[in-house]
Amino acid sequence: MIVSRRWLEALLGRPLVAQEVADRLAAQCAPVDAVIPLHQDLGAVVVARVQDVKQHPNADRLTVCVVDAGGAAPLEVVCGAPNVQAGKAYPFAPVGATLPGGLKLERRKIRGVESNGMLCSAKELGLGADHAGILELDTDAAPGTPFLDAVPVRDDQIVLDVSANRPDLLSHKGVARELAAGLGGTVKLPTVGRPDGPTGAVPSAVRPSGHQAVVDGVAVRLEDPEGAPRYLIAVLRGVTVRPSPAWLAHRLSSLGQRSINNIVDATNYILFEINQPLHAFDLAKLRGPAVVVRRATASERIVTLDGVTRSLTPEMTAICDAERATIVAGVMGSADSEVSQSTTDIVLECAYFQPTRIRRTRRALGISSESSYRFERGIDMLAMPEALARAIELIRAVAGGEMREAPVDLWPEPQQPRSVFLREDRVAHLLGVAVPRPEIERLLSSVGFVAAPKGERLAVQVPGWRPDVTREVDLIEEVARLRGYDSFPVELRPYRLGTVPDAPAEQTLDRMRETLARAGLFEARTLPLGPADAPDAIAVVNPLSAEEAHLRSQLLPGLVRRVEHNWALGQRDVRLFEVGTVFRPSGRGADGPSSLPDEQLRLGVVLTGARHPSHWSAQSSKVPDMDIWDLKHHFELAVAAACPACDIRPAESGTGWVALESDGGEQRGWAGPLEADAPKWAGSLLGLEVRIAVGAPSLPRYEALPTQPPVLRDLSLVVPGGVTAAAVAVVLRRVGGTLLERLDVLDEYRGAGGGLPEGTRGVTWRCTFRDPDRTLTEREIDALLGRMLSALEEDLAVRRRQT
Amino acid sequence: MRLDELRERLKEIPQADARRLQELKTELLGRRAGALTEILKTLPTLDAETRKQVGGAANALKRELERAIDEREQALARGKAARTGQGIDLTMPGRPVWRGGLHIVTQVVSEICDIFRELGFTRAVGPEAETERNNFFALNFPPDHPALDAQDSFYLGGDALLRTHTSPVQIRTLEHYPPPVRVVIPGACYRRDPFDASHSPVFEQIEGLAVDDGLTFVDLKATLATFARRFFSPDTAVRFRPSYFPFTEPSAEMDVRCQLCAGAGCPACKQTGWMEILGSGMVHPAVLENCGVDAERYTGFAWGMGPQRIAMVRHGIPDIRLFFESDMRFLERFSGIDSR
Repeated sequence: MIVSRRWLEALLGRPLVAQEVADRLAAQCAPVDAVIPLHQDLGAVVVARVQDVKQHPNADRLTVCVVDAGGAAPLEVVCGAPNVQAGKAYPFAPVGATLPGGLKLERRKIRGVESNGMLCSAKELGLGADHAGILELDTDAAPGTPFLDAVPVRDDQIVLDVSANRPDLLSHKGVARELAAGLGGTVKLPTVGRPDGPTGAVPSAVRPSGHQAVVDGVAVRLEDPEGAPRYLIAVLRGVTVRPSPAWLAHRLSSLGQRSINNIVDATNYILFEINQPLHAFDLAKLRGPAVVVRRATASERIVTLDGVTRSLTPEMTAICDAERATIVAGVMGSADSEVSQSTTDIVLECAYFQPTRIRRTRRALGISSESSYRFERGIDMLAMPEALARAIELIRAVAGGEMREAPVDLWPEPQQPRSVFLREDRVAHLLGVAVPRPEIERLLSSVGFVAAPKGERLAVQVPGWRPDVTREVDLIEEVARLRGYDSFPVELRPYRLGTVPDAPAEQTLDRMRETLARAGLFEARTLPLGPADAPDAIAVVNPLSAEEAHLRSQLLPGLVRRVEHNWALGQRDVRLFEVGTVFRPSGRGADGPSSLPDEQLRLGVVLTGARHPSHWSAQSSKVPDMDIWDLKHHFELAVAAACPACDIRPAESGTGWVALESDGGEQRGWAGPLEADAPKWAGSLLGLEVRIAVGAPSLPRYEALPTQPPVLRDLSLVVPGGVTAAAVAVVLRRVGGTLLERLDVLDEYRGAGGGLPEGTRGVTWRCTFRDPDRTLTEREIDALLGRMLSALEEDLAVRRRQT
Repeated sequence: MRLDELRERLKEIPQADARRLQELKTELLGRRAGALTEILKTLPTLDAETRKQVGGAANALKRELERAIDEREQALARGKAARTGQGIDLTMPGRPVWRGGLHIVTQVVSEICDIFRELGFTRAVGPEAETERNNFFALNFPPDHPALDAQDSFYLGGDALLRTHTSPVQIRTLEHYPPPVRVVIPGACYRRDPFDASHSPVFEQIEGLAVDDGLTFVDLKATLATFARRFFSPDTAVRFRPSYFPFTEPSAEMDVRCQLCAGAGCPACKQTGWMEILGSGMVHPAVLENCGVDAERYTGFAWGMGPQRIAMVRHGIPDIRLFFESDMRFLERFSGIDSR
């Protein structure tokens, strides 16, 4: 909502400083997005007085004026305006000035006569559409006075961010009301009628009616009172449609609104002044003549003002004449009922349309207007007759015309002002500060509430422009904001601890992140929306784009895209992890009322590039790339952290590994090489993904640190094809028992020439033996090793390698 | 040769070049014919008293000679190394290892949650896909109300949608735990805002909720102002302005003094000197009623803030998209490790 400072001044009858207005409104009711001074581009324009007007020697339609612009000597200026007169004052743009629209004035010859500047029209100054002649100034200001100081056009736009609950702030009157409460003063609507008053008596009262009435020959029928609970119609005859007077056009242009004609401008003026949307239609174009308010029918179409054919539904209210719909109620009219130059009689509609119906209509049609915006938020149903009377007064002032019959007011179920009760102690209960009853009453009445004691409570009558106030707590908010949020102390008071335990999931994720970051990986946060990553990926019904139309069901595809992004930037070494949510179908049926997808926490890792940073001391400048063994280590880390109850097994596909629940349950993780759109210079891409089991980690327990020395023995074994290292380790551990403290693979040897039989490989194990209580003897170890070797031979046909 | 003559030879050592030093070493300490060795060989021929005297002195001199020769050898080695460039240049870079780090948004979320932890708040979480009831209606959004415009939602079919704020976890928490409740709720939220420098269809939010006997607007202001001063700096000025959220009443926006211009006005704060940090308010009694909490007895306050926006304000990050791109250079810059 844009408000004009000058308009507010007219309502409050006092000068205002835009920034003070903005600060007050922000502190009291609505944030201010911007304060925009208007007409700053007129800073170089001055008041000039024309001393003499001579005919241009070479052009019939031009004059040469002698102009006093406040300088040492008068200037000669060529002028083309028919209305220039000696002795009068005009706005003058001197050489060097830049006018709105970017025209920079230079000294130049016009038909052989040098012109030292320009006398300006309203249009050239951006002050209106009038360019028939230059703008005559009614001012006594001395020549040379800045135009903005001499003429009251200086203004500021104040851009308010009005929240959805405060429709009253969508008008100057509503904003002025808040300022009056905050800065003092009263709000009074300025006189808009001609000083001598319009001729003929104005029927001021409206005629209350039920569902139908006739006004000045126009039949009005309200068939959809649910969509239009209150509906007023006035008929004005003999109006003259023409351009608006300057003051009216200025008011609208100060808000950035275009002036259309006096009738349309008058209705817009009322909208911005007191928040009542109006619609004027041409009586001559109304078949009947009748105005019928009814639900639209399913097959009904209408060509709206913007030239688009729109299909209506019975959800929408249509304003019709005797034959067909002419307006989508509260949203947009059609071209064939609009006021035009030839209009002489108008039907003026002043309606209240039901907010939620308007909202559904404007969403269904995909159009909105200043009117629909206000209807959707709720206008003042109780003040409509006053609003219509003011509109009639204004139209008669700017377009003439007379009203032969009082307007009709179709209001089948009249409403009374609402009252809400307020308990004084409840104010302190919620705000933490006791506010005395007289102060509560003063604050509430400053913005139009009427408070009266009723027993222990206050009965507070809610003004019609505050549909948001429906319960006690709303009144307490009024007290708080009008008193000022700053008036409440910042005082940390004792509190009780809550009953909610710290979320185990968050604790688990913290540990996960810590583990991976310590392993040299960076945390990524990728978009959970993307292309479908599985046949059963969950689709968004109304996505922003096809690329972001599905929820992720796994983390790796998103991480791979991030790797590709880094590759595109020339970065070869990428090590990322992410912990986040993935979404899977719940399997509970897709059309139940609450079929929310299953959400799983996952850990994903992608690795590519050098195994460690390069260092000048290395033999070769090329650091080896990470390979599947780096991946396996990270998989072991990830599984230990994310699902400690899982075992890692080689994948059945032959590449990579899986993590399986130890009790033979489902697969919880996978690690292996990944496909990607990789540049030639990139290293291989490896990745893993593990489902995170939320839970507390097992607490480590202290075990006495060994004091006895270890005994190390290396075993070089010939391992036949088909026998895994894991199988060998099982046998070694089984026989080695508790004395075998550690088992490490030292190396693997494959290939011919080492004296190994065909189809076998050599693997060297280092066994670390230790007894916690005594020193082991050589004989004992030799005997144990002997038993381990016999078991290997017997179980797996693995022999010691002969050297 | 006598011991005192030999001692004189000590002075030659510091001046000797490498070849001379080698000669001296042989001449004086050589195993076969070194001068000192000769003296020591004569010891058994001496009487006990003299032997003790000469032996002690000879051994002391031997140690002195050895030390002098050793020092000179090292000095010569250093000199040679410096001349030929073969020695250790200690200004060369050390051997690095890969370092990892947490995302800046994670760090900011943790930091914020840690501050609230000190004020008694534990963390609560909830699903990212929600029902309309939890996301809107239990939070006192009227159906078909313009307040829904700011919460344009991604729907998943039926009444399931991606939550537009973390506020549904307020509902879930109040339905499962009796007061007193003090929780902060971090998590991802979704709105149908196309990506631009300051909008993302997915963003992080941290919600807070406190419900108990006797909580008031004063507690709200104090708790949030304490947070701001802990997070930014102890002298950070804050202000509260009226606002509107269907689930709080009264509602308040909290601003902090612009962290970039200290209130003087700059483009980052749109010349206002203030930066909007969070929205807050006293929990609307309708929300408590919807969760089965006695709204006559209990009151509470709640707030919500965007850690991405806060990180942008604090670290001068110009574009929210940087958080999602996962450029290794960006991640490294904000990993808490000085990689220079």
